[in-house]
Amino acid sequence: MKSGVALEAATAQAAKAPVTPDFAGFLAAIGRALPSACILARAEQTRAYECDGLTMYREQPPVVVLPEDETQLIAVLNACRAHHVPVVPRGAGTSLSGGATPHPQGVVIGVAKFNRILKLDPERAIAVVQPGVRNLAISEAAAPHGLYYAPDPSSQIACSIGGNVAENAGGVHCLKYGLTVHNVLGLRVVTGAGEVVELGGEAPDAPGLNLLQLCVGSEGMLGMVTEVTVKLLPRPELARVVMASFASVERAGEAVTRIIAAGVIPAGLELMDQRAVKLVEPFVQAGYDLDAAAILLCESDGTTEEVCEEIGRVEALMATAGATRVQVSASEAERLRFWAGRKAAFAAAGRISPDYYCMDGTIPRRHLARVLGAFEEMEATYGLACSNVFHAGDGNLHPLILFDANQPGEVERAQAFGAAILELCVEVGGTITGEHGVGIEKINEMCVQFTRAELDAFAAVKRAFDPQGLLNPLKVIPTLARCAEYGKQHVHRGELPFPDIPRF
Amino acid sequence: MEPVLSRFGEQVAGARAAGRKLVIRGGGTRLFYGEPLPEDDSFEWLDLSAYRGVVAYEPSELVLTARAGTPLAEIEALLDREGQMLAFEPPRFGAGDTLGGCIATGLAGPRRLAAGPVSDYVLGTRLMRGDGEVMHFGGEVMKNVAGYDLSRLLVGSLGVLGPVLEVSLKVMPKPRSEVTLVLALDEAEALRRCVQWRSQPIPVSATAWLPDGSGGQLSVRLSGNASAVREGVEKLGGGVLDAATACAFWLGLRDQTHDFFNQRPLWRVTLPPGAPSLGIGRELHEWQGCLRWLTGMHAPDALRAKVRKLGGWASRYRHDGTSDASPVFHPPAPAVIRVQQRLKQQLDPDGVFSPHRLYPDF
Repeated sequence: MKSGVALEAATAQAAKAPVTPDFAGFLAAIGRALPSACILARAEQTRAYECDGLTMYREQPPVVVLPEDETQLIAVLNACRAHHVPVVPRGAGTSLSGGATPHPQGVVIGVAKFNRILKLDPERAIAVVQPGVRNLAISEAAAPHGLYYAPDPSSQIACSIGGNVAENAGGVHCLKYGLTVHNVLGLRVVTGAGEVVELGGEAPDAPGLNLLQLCVGSEGMLGMVTEVTVKLLPRPELARVVMASFASVERAGEAVTRIIAAGVIPAGLELMDQRAVKLVEPFVQAGYDLDAAAILLCESDGTTEEVCEEIGRVEALMATAGATRVQVSASEAERLRFWAGRKAAFAAAGRISPDYYCMDGTIPRRHLARVLGAFEEMEATYGLACSNVFHAGDGNLHPLILFDANQPGEVERAQAFGAAILELCVEVGGTITGEHGVGIEKINEMCVQFTRAELDAFAAVKRAFDPQGLLNPLKVIPTLARCAEYGKQHVHRGELPFPDIPRF
Repeated sequence: MEPVLSRFGEQVAGARAAGRKLVIRGGGTRLFYGEPLPEDDSFEWLDLSAYRGVVAYEPSELVLTARAGTPLAEIEALLDREGQMLAFEPPRFGAGDTLGGCIATGLAGPRRLAAGPVSDYVLGTRLMRGDGEVMHFGGEVMKNVAGYDLSRLLVGSLGVLGPVLEVSLKVMPKPRSEVTLVLALDEAEALRRCVQWRSQPIPVSATAWLPDGSGGQLSVRLSGNASAVREGVEKLGGGVLDAATACAFWLGLRDQTHDFFNQRPLWRVTLPPGAPSLGIGRELHEWQGCLRWLTGMHAPDALRAKVRKLGGWASRYRHDGTSDASPVFHPPAPAVIRVQQRLKQQLDPDGVFSPHRLYPDF
C-alpha cells in the first residue's frame, strides 16, 4: 500500500530528528489557500493567543490561523505537514492545563469561525454543531424545545464544544448525566495524517475499534474536530437543592457515602471545606454556615413528584449522617443562591488573593479526610493557603492555592504545592487530572502516574493518528529524558524547590 | 507479578518470539461473534479463564474491579446484594460467560439506549502487550483524563490489541421501581412513539417490538423512582405486564434465548433514532428502534448500502452454518479502516493478538 509506505517513512523521519519548520514556505502555502483576513501574523494580532486559561505559561505564537471551513482547515494542516510546522489547536482558550499554550515555532489554529449549529433536531433530540460553538449556546438553542446539552463545565458561557471534546470536560452534573464522552455521539475529525474520518454517529455501536471515545479527551493531539454530534436531554421540570452543614469533613464524606449507598444518584453533589466557605460567603452572601467544617450541596432534578420523593430521602440521610443544619431550597431563586457560592469560588479566590492556582485531581472518596488533612500540612510546608471545593459524588477535587506572583518564589512554591497535591492523588489510587487535562501543566506528573510502557502506548496511539507528530507536540506525553529529569527533582519532594531552576 | 500473569506473559512473549498467533478466550461463549476462526492450527489459545476474581468493590463509590476471567454471573450476584447492577445489562450466553468476553465484544442488552454502551462504564483496564509487560490505563475513579482513553478503546476490540486482564467498571444502583407496558402497535406507529419519548421526561429503559398477526406489539420497560415510573405509566397507557412475565421477557431478549434469535442467518442492524422500517423481512426491534434484528437471506452489499444510506450499520451476527465471503462487520469508510489498521500496527507491531477477528485483512 503506497500511502502506508509513505507514512512509515515519515514516521521514521520524525523519530530521527525534528525537522526545522520551513515557515516561509508554510506562509506562502496558506496565503494561497486562505483569505488574508484569516491569517494573523502581526505581534498585536497574535498577542491575544499567547496563553489560555492557565496564564502562568505564555508563548507568543509566530502566526495564528482562523480557517472558515473544513476545506481551509485541511489546506492549513496539509501545509503544516509539508513544511514541518507544529500545530496548536485552539477552541475558546479556556483550558486550565495549558492545552492551547502556543508552540514557539508553530501555528495556532483557532476554530472560532466554526461557529454554526448545523442541525438541531428537537424530535430526535440530537444536535450537530461545529467545534467553535459555545457549550452554553447549544443549550440555549435547544431551550425553546424543552431540551438541553447536559455537560456544564464552569466555563460553559465561554468554552467551545471542540475544546470540551479535546478535554473530555465535565461539570457539576456529571455524576448523573456523564462527561463529554458520554454525551457525544459522533465526531468528524481531520487526523494528523490528513484523513477526514467520521467516528461514531447517530446510530449506536459503529463497527470496528472505538476511535470515537479514544479521540474524546485526546487534547488536540490526534486530530482536529470539524463536527460534533451530541445528544440532547429533556430539561428537568424542577430542580431543588439540599444544603447541609457538618462538624467535620469526615462526617460530610460519610453523608455522601450514605446517599450513594442508598441508591440515590444526585444531579449534583458538591462539598466545600470551611476555608472555601469563608472565602466565598462575604462575596456572595449565600447564607452559608460559617461555623461548619464542611458544607454539602445535594441537588435533585426531574419531575416535580420525583424531586419531592428524592429530596425527602436525601434530607433524612443527611440527618442520620450527623448534619448540624439542613436547608432545602424553597424556590428557584434560593436554589441559585445556594449554588452561587460554589460557582463563585474561583472568582472569590481572585478577590482576596492576587493569584490563585486551581488544581484538579481525583481520589477514591474514602480517602477524602486523609487527603484534606495532608493538604493542611502542605500549606505549612509551602507557606501558602489552600481552600477546597470538591465534586464529592465522583471524587474530583479542586484545591485552590492562593499566591502572589509578584512575591519572589511564590509561583514556584505554588507549582511545587500543586505537584505535591497531584502526587498524593496518585498515591491514594486516584489520578492527576479529573477534567482539566494534562496539557503542559501536568506533563511531569504523567511520569508519576504512568510507567514507561504505558507512556510508550500513548506515543504509539499518537503515531497512528499523527505520524509526523505535529499536533500539539510536547504536551501530555513526557519523553524519557523529561521523566528522568523530573525523577531527580522528585527526590527533593518536601523541600522548597530552588527558585533559580526553572521547571519549565 | 502474580504467577498466573507470569505464565500468560511467558506464553505471549514466547508466541511473539516464535511468530505464532494468539487468540484470546475466556469462557468461550462469545466466539461466534466476529470473523470465524481458522479451522487449521495456525493459532494457539490464550485462555484467560483461570485469571478470575473480584479485586475490589466499593458500593458507595460505585466502582467494581475484577479480573477478566471472572464469571459475569458472579459479578452481577455480588452487585445485586448491594442493590446495584451493570447498567448496560450485558447478555449472558452461558454459565461460562466472563467479564473479559463482555468487554472484548462490547455487547450490551436491552438498557443500551437509556444507559449508554458498555464503554461508557469502563473506568480502567490492565492490558498485556506483546513482550508480556502489563500496562494499566485509567483507574478506579469516575473522572480521569490523564493520557488517552485506551480503556474505552479496548471495549469491543475482540482482542486485536491484546488481552485485557482486569477491568474497573462504574456500577449503578438498581432502579427502585420497574414496570413493563404492552401496546398493540404496527411497526410505523411503534417507531414513531419510540422517537417521541426521546424528548420527553419518560424513564424508558428498554423497548422491544415484534410483529404479530394483527400488526405488532411494543413492550416498553420504565425504570426509576416510583413516582417517575407511575407518571410514565399514565402517559404511555397500554396494559401492564405482570412482573414475573416481564422479567422473563427481558431476560429472553438480553440473553438472546427468545425464539427469534434461533434463526440463521441473523443480521444485527443499528440505525439512527427515527429511521423508518427496513421493509425487508421479519424484524425484531430493540433500543427504541435503533437496533433491528433481521432474518432471511440478504445480499450483504445491497443490505449494507441500504442501511448505510439511513446512517446505520449491518453486521452478520449469527453466521454459523451459513457461508458468505463478505466481512462479518459492516466495513467502515476506507479512511477509518486505515487509522484502525495503523493503531493495530502500532499497539501490536508483531501481529500476535487475535488476527482477523475484527476484519478479514488484519
